[in-house]
Amino acid sequence: MIKFFDTLGRYCLLMKKVFSRPEKWSIYRKRIVFEMDALGYNSIGIAAIISIFMGAVVTLQMAINLESPFIPRSLIGYATRETMILEFSSTVVALILAGKVGSNIASEIGTMRITEQIDALEIMGINSASYLIMPKIVATIFFFPLLTILSMVIGVFGGWVVAGFTGIMMPDDYIEGLFYAFRPLSIIYSLIKASVFAYLITSISGFFGYYAQGNSLEVGRASTKAVVVSSIAILVFNLILTQIFLT
Amino acid sequence: MIRGENIVKIFDGRRVLDDVSVLFDAGKTNLIIGRSGSGKTVLLKSLVGLHEIDEGNIYFDDLCYTKLDFNARKAVRKDIGMIFQGGALLDSSTVEDNIRLPLDLFTEQSFEEKMERVNFCLKRVNLPNAHKLYPAELSGGMIKRVAIARAIVLNPKYLFCDEPNSGLDPMTSIVIDNLIKEITEEYNITTIVNTHDMNSVMEIGEKIVFIHEGKKWWEGTKHDILQSDNRELNDFVFASAMAKRAKANM
Repeated sequence: MIKFFDTLGRYCLLMKKVFSRPEKWSIYRKRIVFEMDALGYNSIGIAAIISIFMGAVVTLQMAINLESPFIPRSLIGYATRETMILEFSSTVVALILAGKVGSNIASEIGTMRITEQIDALEIMGINSASYLIMPKIVATIFFFPLLTILSMVIGVFGGWVVAGFTGIMMPDDYIEGLFYAFRPLSIIYSLIKASVFAYLITSISGFFGYYAQGNSLEVGRASTKAVVVSSIAILVFNLILTQIFLT
Repeated sequence: MIRGENIVKIFDGRRVLDDVSVLFDAGKTNLIIGRSGSGKTVLLKSLVGLHEIDEGNIYFDDLCYTKLDFNARKAVRKDIGMIFQGGALLDSSTVEDNIRLPLDLFTEQSFEEKMERVNFCLKRVNLPNAHKLYPAELSGGMIKRVAIARAIVLNPKYLFCDEPNSGLDPMTSIVIDNLIKEITEEYNITTIVNTHDMNSVMEIGEKIVFIHEGKKWWEGTKHDILQSDNRELNDFVFASAMAKRAKANM
C-alpha cells in the first residue's frame, strides 16, 4: 500500500512538471502535430480492422441469440449500435491502444532515459517531462475521440455488411434498428470516455518510461507495467464514468 | 570557476561521494580521473545538478547552484554544455535538429540565423555535411563530434564531458581530445572532463582531480602526476604502459 501511494505521489509530481509552462509554444505545437501523426494517425488501421470485425461479430451473435418471433429483427441493429457506441468504440479500442500506444510511449521514453537523452534535455535547460510527455497527452486527447467516431462508423458498417451478405436479416431492418431511440448523449459520453482514456494511457505510460532506469530489460519491464496499469486504470475509470454519466 | 564544497551523495545507504571538495579553474581543461566505479561520473552529474547531492554546496562562479530552485537552475543550465558518454543525441531527430533544438527553444533568432549557427558549429567539429543524417547513421566519433557541436551551440561558459573517448579508437580519441581543448581555449570555457584514459590526461589535462572510493584522493597538474608518491594514484596511472614509459624517461 505504501508503494502504491509512493508511486501515485511521484505520478502527481511528474504531472505537475508535465503541465508547467512550456519553454516555447511554437515548438510544442509542432511536437503535438508530430505526435498526432505518430500516435493517432498510425493507429487508424488497427482501430478500423478491429472495429469492422467486432461490429460484424456482434451483429452475428445478436442474430443467432435473438430468434424469438416476439422480438423485432431491427433490434439487432439497435443492439449493435449501442454496443459499439457505449462500450466497444471507446473502452475496447482504448484497451487495444493501451497495448499499442502505451508500450510505444513507455519504451521510447524509457530508452531515452537509459541512453541519457533525457539528461541531455535537462542540461540544455529544457523541462524534459513537459517536452516529451505533454505533446503526447494533448495529441491523444484530441485524436482518440476521432478514432472512437471512426470505430463507431466502421463497426456499425461491419454489422450492416454481415447482415447483408449472410442473409441473417434484411439490411433494411438493420438500418431501421440503427436509428431507433438514438440518443446523442451516448456519443458525447463515449467521446468523453475516449479523452479520459487517452490521458490515462499516455500519462501512465509516460510515467513508467520516464522513471525507467538500468538497462534494456528495465525498459521492457517499464513497457509491460505501462500496458498493465493503463489497462486497469481504463477499466476502473470506465466504471466511474459510466456511474457518473449514465445513472 | 566551479567549486564543490563537502559534497556527499548517498545511494541506497552507500556514500558514493564522501565529503568531496573540489575547485575547477576557469578557462582551463580540468580533469576528473579515477577507476571505474570510483564515483567520478556521480561527481560530474552532481556538479551539473542531474543528481541532487545530500550534503554540501556547488558554486558556479559565486552563484550557489544547490540553493537554486528548478527555474533558476534552468537559467544556469543555458550556460552549460555537456557531452555524454554515449553522445545522448535525440534518436528521432536529425543532426541539424539536434543542434538547433536549444536555439529553437531559447532564442528568438530567425531560421536563417539559427541555421548559420548550426552550420558554424558543424564546421567547427569538422562535420560540414552531416545535417540530414540521423544518429543511427553516424559512427561513434561522429556522434561525439555532433554532441560537442550541440554542447557549444549556445556559447556555454561551462563544458562538462563524461568519458568523451569511451568506445573510440586511439586516433579518434586524440581528435576528440584536441577538439575539446581547442574549444576550451578559443571560447575561454571552464571545461571539466571525466576520464580514465591516461592519453587524455597527458594530452589535455591542465588541472587533475583523482577520485578514489568516493573521496578526493589527489589533485595537481599533469606534470605533478608522474612524480606523485600517492600509492592509489600511482596504481591507477601506471597501469598504462604509456605512462610507465613516460615515468621511465623522466
